[in-house]
Amino acid sequence: MTRINVRVDGVTYDDDVEPRTLLVHYLREQLGKVGTVVGCDTSNCGACTVHLDGAAVKSCTVLAVQADDGEVTTIEGLAQDGSLHPMQKAFHEMHGLQCGFCTPGMIMASVDLLRENPDPSETEVREGIEGNLCRCTGYQNIVRAVQQAAGEMRGGARAPSGDGHVSPAEVDTAAAPHVAGAQS
Amino acid sequence: MTAVEDRSTEAPEREIGKARRRKEDARLITGRTTWTDNMVLPGMLHLSVVRSPVAHAKIASIDVSAAQQSPGVVAVYTGRDLAEEQGSIPCAWPVTPDMVNPGHPSVAVEEVNHVGEAVAVIVARSKVAAADAIELVDVDYDLLPPVLDMEEAVAEGAQLTHDHLESNTSYHFVFDAGEAGTGADTDQAFADADVVVSRRFVNQRLIPAFMEPRSVVVQPQGDNFTMWSATQIPHVLRVMLAMVTGVPEHKLRIIAPDVGGGFGGKLQVNPEEVIALLVARRLGKPVKWTETRSESLMTAHHGRDQIQYVDIASDREGNVKALRVRLLADMGAYLRLITPGVPALGAFMFPAIYKFPAYRFECDGVFTNKVPTDAYRGAGRPEATFAIERAMDELAVELGMDALELRRKNWIRAEEFPFTTVAGLEYDSGDYETATQQALELIGYDELREEQRRRRESNDPVQLGIGFSTFTEMCGLAPSRVLGSLSYGAGGWESASIRMLPTGKVEVVTGSTPHGQGHETAWSQLVADSLGVPFEDVEVLHGDTSVAPKGMDTYGSRSLVVGGTAVVKAADKVIAKARKVAAHLLEASEDDLEFENGRFSVRGTPGTGMGIQEIALAVFAAHNYPEDVEPSIDAEATFDPVNFSFPHGTHICAMEVDTETGMVKIRKYASVDDVGTIVNPLIVEGQMHGGLAQGIAQALYEEAVYDADGNLTTGTFVDYLVPSAADLPHFDTGNTVHPAPGNPIGAKGVGEAGCIASTPAVVNAALDAVRHLGVRDIRMPLTPERVWRALYEGGDGGDRATAGTNAYGGASTETTAGVSTDASSLGGDR
Repeated sequence: MTRINVRVDGVTYDDDVEPRTLLVHYLREQLGKVGTVVGCDTSNCGACTVHLDGAAVKSCTVLAVQADDGEVTTIEGLAQDGSLHPMQKAFHEMHGLQCGFCTPGMIMASVDLLRENPDPSETEVREGIEGNLCRCTGYQNIVRAVQQAAGEMRGGARAPSGDGHVSPAEVDTAAAPHVAGAQS
Repeated sequence: MTAVEDRSTEAPEREIGKARRRKEDARLITGRTTWTDNMVLPGMLHLSVVRSPVAHAKIASIDVSAAQQSPGVVAVYTGRDLAEEQGSIPCAWPVTPDMVNPGHPSVAVEEVNHVGEAVAVIVARSKVAAADAIELVDVDYDLLPPVLDMEEAVAEGAQLTHDHLESNTSYHFVFDAGEAGTGADTDQAFADADVVVSRRFVNQRLIPAFMEPRSVVVQPQGDNFTMWSATQIPHVLRVMLAMVTGVPEHKLRIIAPDVGGGFGGKLQVNPEEVIALLVARRLGKPVKWTETRSESLMTAHHGRDQIQYVDIASDREGNVKALRVRLLADMGAYLRLITPGVPALGAFMFPAIYKFPAYRFECDGVFTNKVPTDAYRGAGRPEATFAIERAMDELAVELGMDALELRRKNWIRAEEFPFTTVAGLEYDSGDYETATQQALELIGYDELREEQRRRRESNDPVQLGIGFSTFTEMCGLAPSRVLGSLSYGAGGWESASIRMLPTGKVEVVTGSTPHGQGHETAWSQLVADSLGVPFEDVEVLHGDTSVAPKGMDTYGSRSLVVGGTAVVKAADKVIAKARKVAAHLLEASEDDLEFENGRFSVRGTPGTGMGIQEIALAVFAAHNYPEDVEPSIDAEATFDPVNFSFPHGTHICAMEVDTETGMVKIRKYASVDDVGTIVNPLIVEGQMHGGLAQGIAQALYEEAVYDADGNLTTGTFVDYLVPSAADLPHFDTGNTVHPAPGNPIGAKGVGEAGCIASTPAVVNAALDAVRHLGVRDIRMPLTPERVWRALYEGGDGGDRATAGTNAYGGASTETTAGVSTDASSLGGDR
């Protein structure tokens, strides 16, 4: 057993871990931080993505001992003072999730993407999150969400840059009266 | 311009049609939900499964003594230990009376029939202790040659997958329209036809690859058991587990908490669910099993895997005359829940939207030493759609006709609905021409054709192709009587109940268990409109057999069509019951009451009235209610559809093919789908996107590859290419709306549409780009290697796994199984 000292979502923990323990297993099993999930065993899916000292890591690829003296933020610590992070809000607003299993990792990776590139194009978002797999959404609404959050975080109400694609709200306009008409 | 804000009206806005953001999201975007693997119970033990490393062998001996001594290990069970109580994994769909079912033990007893099959179970205090002990179990296998190739498997004198069976054929299923009285004589129609095109298509084996690995927790309490499972089908699972294990149904409670995707892959009674229940019963302790991704890819059921022989006949003008389909459908080693039914379900969809006068379908279900196949998004219909949409393109080429023109000439016209097809199905509604026109506009068709011409004329190394898929599918599974006529073991109804709480809040209980589809949001919209209560006042309960005791769960694009209708019918009953109470309290005749926006009022007496939420309180207090009724306005309903619903759409793909590298790239993708009434456009759009991603992935990326020894060489996400955001294009999606006449909502189902439609559009597009270079077919997935080979070596690009390639794991490790077969020593391919 090895002693580690790690700060997770604002709380300091002092724990004994087996040297082979992965950070994700430490988070889930010892700290009960089950918001971070495991989706694969080859570091392909990114479902376990958290921030370690401010940068996104796949916590299945980091040993718990490597987080010693580090600061970890998980999806559970992303909202501040009871208000959602702009990325969380944008995923909700743009329907960037369905089953939600990839979502914690996807949100954490996307936040890190905007740290490096605050105004990504559609292509840059797609390439920026390619380490995170989603099986439900086909990614299109995730891309919208990341661009929406980017706009909010830059402080403007500017439309997402680059792709010129319509947002869901505009799509709704077309579909909703259509449906109402068909029903009445 | 947002629809929601601009439409100001006096009455409360209709919820149906509104892009409500999902209620489910709050817990999912904050990491505060319950996945099965999150469950921790006092004294919980952990299971790991020892799995066969070989595809086919007799189990000579198993020595578990070292594992039993391993620190933290509580017990180790072999198949022999569990043989008396484990029964067989059930198969609910005997498609023919003489179908052969070899039986499917949860833990192998005498022989193993695919790599990854369970041979022993370890129970330990911790997950790591259970995992550590796996390699301490010593199993001696007497190896047998594996059966891996379907065409070889059905040949005379083939090796047997199960040596106690007479052949590798499980069943031979036939639908003949001539015999059924729904069409002309097929052989005669072919004999009389001007043009016949025959093709062999391979619809490769896929893996559903839901993001949340399967997981199960069982807690025994006396003689009761509670099981949490990452399943699509808690209700079906409860019935089946009771039948298989003898645990009485009323002593078994199944809970599907939030479930991380399924796509048919969690429509199963898993061996590990049986094992967990048996171990919990033996030890009287809670147990948990959660799979690794490698276990999931290797042992959770696969999908598709058909070899399709298609003959299509027409006259010179392009009027289709007959269709004949013969399938070899890979069952894998065993029959799971609906393994044999998947190709049979597809049988009726090969004629698609075209007016074939004659049709014959034959299918052999074939055993091989691979993991069983079963439902995967579309289940039979993507395979059918692929075959017919590819065949229509082939026929167009043969006739020298435009591919779209050939389709238009033969499809059912809008004014012909309802239309009974040659397969005997009655298509409900639609307009293929309008959907097609809209899709052509959406993609900018004329410009793309012009660009294609330019690239061809200039011999551009990057060629452009345009591919179509004008598809329909059968959804809303399913009319119970029809399922009965197809020998399915259950019905297709759905159940719902509505509980009106004293404070006016509403609990909606649905038997359709979601795993990402957004039922909580959509059902709230339905009930808000029906009862005239605020969207926020509705809570949707599901997924726990104690809370929602009756249900048939979620698959086959059925939830809204069948389950949503049950909800609407339950709401109708609530209103009918409330009307009696309202009449009593308002001292009016029931006939004089009108119900609008959640209020009963006396016709012609403005200002009077009573809200349905107030009535809920009145019957809770029950101080004053009519004498001839019960003091409750709660209600339940069970809906059994009379017919399927038939969504349709036109999908168009524009594809760039780099003829120098074989790399393909989707340039544009547009689809216009008719899924009937749209309750929530946001959810519908999301379902389309996700379906498109999976259908495109079949065309371009995904394939479960077995080497010549029967090892799955795509057993991780490194090798099994679930596409990332960077691998997929932007989708331009649209809708036409022809409400389904078969249910009061008018919904047709959307969950599978994108997945069913897109695959042939993509392949047709790639072929359209390179057909002038002599390429007639390219096998899926269209890897650069395959495309390049098809361009420069002819043929269809061949198997993915050939000797010396990475995908062919067996070439350099021919002795992993300890047997050298002709194929493995020669580096043969699968």
